[in-house]
Amino acid sequence: MKIVVCVSHVPDTATKIKISADEKNIDSAGVSYVINPYDEFAIEEALKTKEKIGGEVYVVTIGNEAAKESLRKALAMGADEAIHLKYDGYLDSLNVAKNLAEEIKSLNSQLVFMGKQSIDFDNCVVPQMTAELLDYNSISVCVSFSLDGNKVTCEREIEGGKEVVESQLPIIVGAQKGLNEPRYASLKGIMAAKKKTIQEKNCTFTNNSVELIKIKKPASKNPGRILGTDVSVVPELVRLLREEAKAI
Amino acid sequence: MNKFKGVDYFNADSLLTEDEIMVRESVREFVDAEIIPIIELNYREGKFPFELVPKMAEIGLFGSTLPQKYGCAAMNNVAYGLVTQELERGDSGIRSFVSVQSALVMYPIYAFGSEEQKDFWLPKLAKGEKIGCFGLTEPDFGSNPSGMITKAEKIDGGYLLNGAKMWITNGTIADVAVVWAKFNGVVNGFLVEKDFKGFSAPETKGKHSLRASVTSELIFDNVFVPESNILPKTSGLKSALMCLNQARYGIAWGVVGSMMACYDSALNYAKSRKQFSKPIAAYQLTQDKLVFMVTEITKAQLLNIQLGRLKDQNKVKFTQVSLAKRNNCQKALEIARVAREILGANGILDEYPVMRHSANLESVKTYEGTHEMHTLILGEDITGFAAFD
Ligand SMILES: Cc1cc2nc3c(=O)[nH]c(=O)nc-3n(C[C@H](O)[C@H](O)[C@H](O)COP(=O)(O)OP(=O)(O)OC[C@H]3O[C@@H](n4cnc5c(N)ncnc54)[C@H](O)[C@@H]3O)c2cc1C
Repeated sequence: MKIVVCVSHVPDTATKIKISADEKNIDSAGVSYVINPYDEFAIEEALKTKEKIGGEVYVVTIGNEAAKESLRKALAMGADEAIHLKYDGYLDSLNVAKNLAEEIKSLNSQLVFMGKQSIDFDNCVVPQMTAELLDYNSISVCVSFSLDGNKVTCEREIEGGKEVVESQLPIIVGAQKGLNEPRYASLKGIMAAKKKTIQEKNCTFTNNSVELIKIKKPASKNPGRILGTDVSVVPELVRLLREEAKAI
Repeated sequence: MNKFKGVDYFNADSLLTEDEIMVRESVREFVDAEIIPIIELNYREGKFPFELVPKMAEIGLFGSTLPQKYGCAAMNNVAYGLVTQELERGDSGIRSFVSVQSALVMYPIYAFGSEEQKDFWLPKLAKGEKIGCFGLTEPDFGSNPSGMITKAEKIDGGYLLNGAKMWITNGTIADVAVVWAKFNGVVNGFLVEKDFKGFSAPETKGKHSLRASVTSELIFDNVFVPESNILPKTSGLKSALMCLNQARYGIAWGVVGSMMACYDSALNYAKSRKQFSKPIAAYQLTQDKLVFMVTEITKAQLLNIQLGRLKDQNKVKFTQVSLAKRNNCQKALEIARVAREILGANGILDEYPVMRHSANLESVKTYEGTHEMHTLILGEDITGFAAFD
């Protein structure tokens, strides 16, 4: 069975973001990029599933040249094949989903893992949209996954608890933190990945139905103020909370 | 705490290949997640974190330059150097464990062992199912191992080993010891297994350095070593020194990790610690210290990459390895000391890694050939006069 994992190449969460001059992107100079953290759970689950039932793991990304780095890392973790759908620019979620659906269809894969969201644009819709386009089932925000024949059982994280849900192949599973502990790329894996080739294809672009107009930074917070370190400042604190912050 | 991003003032990364960088990043991630959070406690308790062994094996840290048929990664020496660098950014003791397992146990078995010995030991050592140690130093013979008194006598079916080794990393926890002993006056290598009768390995206590690493004495009291456990392809002390050369190479890289950890800690501290009206990083005296650190790190980095490239082309001279080991250990110690100064009183706490690195580096400067011995080796090489016999 072909198991597909879709990954995106995103700015490291630790980076300080600067917005580019046209306000439609971030300034990538000095920014380090990583595999979207939720996609790492997706890769791990695909690899674990392959270890149980056999098959091959295909990893697919849409992105510019630099996105290959995430594919290489996935190969080093143990993926068998990598496909790069090349596109350098802004694609809305529907465009992303259409391209992924096309690729999944041509691979004829019945089991697809993705991160529940990509931490760059945070739309949280690609797994479901892709499933819809393919007429596949989908379960997202999964913290556990098991496969028995055609039957898929997942636990989903919900407010204050978990729910257990069942579905069947073909399916797209959206990975949540907690699904597993992603493995490190092993040194052997890295050496083996060196020998694998990344298949390149062009992305097809249909007009975005959601257009990106502008990226803005959140309003900067006013710096905190220390009034003192003992109880003598409590009256002043109360006064400020009431009169200045209007919080009480 | 900010994620460690490496120190690369001269774009040394442009001298590395994509997979060398990937190796480094993977080990860096491992060190950040698995070693740094637990190391201070282990160090304080004088304990080697044994639970790391299977994890280190899984990512392939043992014998990573050896062939794949033994379960190893067959990486080049530059990638191996980057591995030791990242590990030592965590702790010299953890790096020592990997160096011993790889360069002082797997390497000699690979280079001097029989096919049976290789097939039996290497996959188990790579998987971390077996742990090894390397016994050369003796209580009375440190810098002068050729004087060793541990000896083997031929008896029916094998050898009888008598003597003692000292300062042996991993001794107490090892399943197999690569032991160097004289047989008919010539140094030979033997594989002594943990449960051989007459062999014991008590741990050396009271260390102020390398506390997260096990150091032991090895005692051989009429230990019978079967014929199948002599390393058949050694040629005297030279073979033992070949192992040391492998390990020294890893140390030359490793201590750059300590340098980076100390520099990173000192730089962050200097930028946030305010005295008088400004952060201490804004004072010229502090800047001088930080500039010294980044300069020495840069020099050592470039030295290592060239050393590694020479080694990968089989063109490296052992004296070049000596120069890198000697220089980098010395500079790492100086950097650790200067970093401690910048941190002021905080510098002595184990909330910061500096004092631990500083104490560790005292061992690293001494083992695998002391600073002075490397000076003499280089001195002889450039003048033609041996200052020692
Ligand atoms: C933590 C730790 C782990 C170790 N692990 C191992 C291990 O796994 N396996 C192993 O075999 N060994 C190991 N060693 C031993 C190490 O290699 C020796 O300590 C080292 O070779 C020095 O020997 P020594 O301590 O006997 O010092 P000595 O040789 O007694 O030297 C003492 C001082 O005299 C100087 N000196 C000696 N001869 C001369 C000379 N001709 N001219 C000028 N100065 C000289 C030395 O440079 C040094 O400063 C370890 C040591 C430590 C501290």
